[in-house]
Amino acid sequence: MSNAGTQSLTLPDVSAGDTLPPLVHEVSTTSVVLGALASRDWRPMHHDRDFAQQRNGTRDIFMNTPNQAAWLERYITDWGGPRARIGRYRFRMGDPICPGDTIVFSGEVESTEIDDVGCAWANLVITLSAANAVKTRFSARVALPADADDNPWSRTGEQWQP
Amino acid sequence: MPKRSLIANLWCSLRHAGLLLKPMSDADDFSTGLEEALSWINQERHAVSGEFDVERGYIFTTCASVQNGNPIYWDDAVAQALTGGPTAPLTMLSAWFRPHYWMPGRETIPQPWQTHFDLKKTLALPEAVATDSEVVFGEPVRPGDRISAVETLRSLSEVKTTKLGKGRFWVIDCVCSNQNGGWVGTETMTGFGYRKGAR
Repeated sequence: MSNAGTQSLTLPDVSAGDTLPPLVHEVSTTSVVLGALASRDWRPMHHDRDFAQQRNGTRDIFMNTPNQAAWLERYITDWGGPRARIGRYRFRMGDPICPGDTIVFSGEVESTEIDDVGCAWANLVITLSAANAVKTRFSARVALPADADDNPWSRTGEQWQP
Repeated sequence: MPKRSLIANLWCSLRHAGLLLKPMSDADDFSTGLEEALSWINQERHAVSGEFDVERGYIFTTCASVQNGNPIYWDDAVAQALTGGPTAPLTMLSAWFRPHYWMPGRETIPQPWQTHFDLKKTLALPEAVATDSEVVFGEPVRPGDRISAVETLRSLSEVKTTKLGKGRFWVIDCVCSNQNGGWVGTETMTGFGYRKGAR
C-alpha cells in the first residue's frame, strides 16, 4: 500500500512484523547526477565515469549518500503518508549503486512504541538491494499519528524526542 | 656454526653498521599526532554557515531525483495544513551548508567533514572510510532558513585491526542549527582511518 497521497497510517494500523511494500527503480546516469547536484555534491565520482573507474575503482559513477537518503525518505513516506515524520535513521553502506542497477527497497516494522511525551513511533529495518545483493542497510525511527486527530509535525521542543 | 646463529650474527653486524633501520613498535607507529587529536575531543571545530537561504529549487530537484510525490513538498495547501507551511525534505539537511563549487575570491573550497580529513592527516593514516552514519532530525527546515553547522570529535579509539588494515575509529558529530539557533538536526559519522595491509 502506498500513501503518497494525503492519507497517512496511524500507529494502530501498524504492528511489529508488518512488511513495507517493495519499491523498485532502475537507476540512470541522469538520476545519479541529478541527485548529486540537488544535494550540492560536486565530487567527480558522482558525474564523471572516467574518474569513478580510475580513481574509485567502481564500475561507473555511483549514487551519493544524500541521494540514497532521499530514496529512503521517499520509501518511508510512500508507506506512512505525509504525516509520517522521520525522527532518526542510521545506515551502513556497502557496494556502490551505479546506473543500470535496478534497486529494490524492502522493509519491515521491527517494533512500535509510544514515548514518554505521547509520540507514537514505528521502528523500521530497511534494506536497499541490487542484483539480489544488499547494498545498504538502514534502520529508521518514524513518528506516526497516534490516532486520526494526531499530527507528529505539530510537535516541537520537549514534545519532540527523536 | 648453526644456521640460526649465522643469521643472527649477520643481523647484528648490519645493525651495528647502521645498515638496518630499527623496526618501529606499534606504539611508535600509531602514536603520531595522537596527543593533538585527543585534544580535539568535545571541542567545537570547523563551524560553517550556509551560503544561501534554503530555497525550493533544490527541494523540487531532490524530489524529482527520487520521484518523491509527497504532497507536503508539492502542494502548499497540504504543507500549510500538515507542516505549517513548506518544508525541505529532512534528508536534504547537509545540502544547506555545502559550500559553492566556486565563488570569487575563494582559493580553496571548504570540505564537509573536515575533522575527518584533519584526523587522517594528523594521525598519518592515509586511508579512511566512513563506516556508519546516523542522522537525528529536530525542527523542520523551511525555505528562507539559513542553516549553520559545527563539528565535534566525540571519540577516538585505540589502535584496531580490521580487514582493511590497522588504524583508529573515530566518531564525529555535525550539529546543525537554523538562523534562530533552533536545532534542526545532528549528523553523526563513524570513520576508520587506517594503513592498508598494516597488521
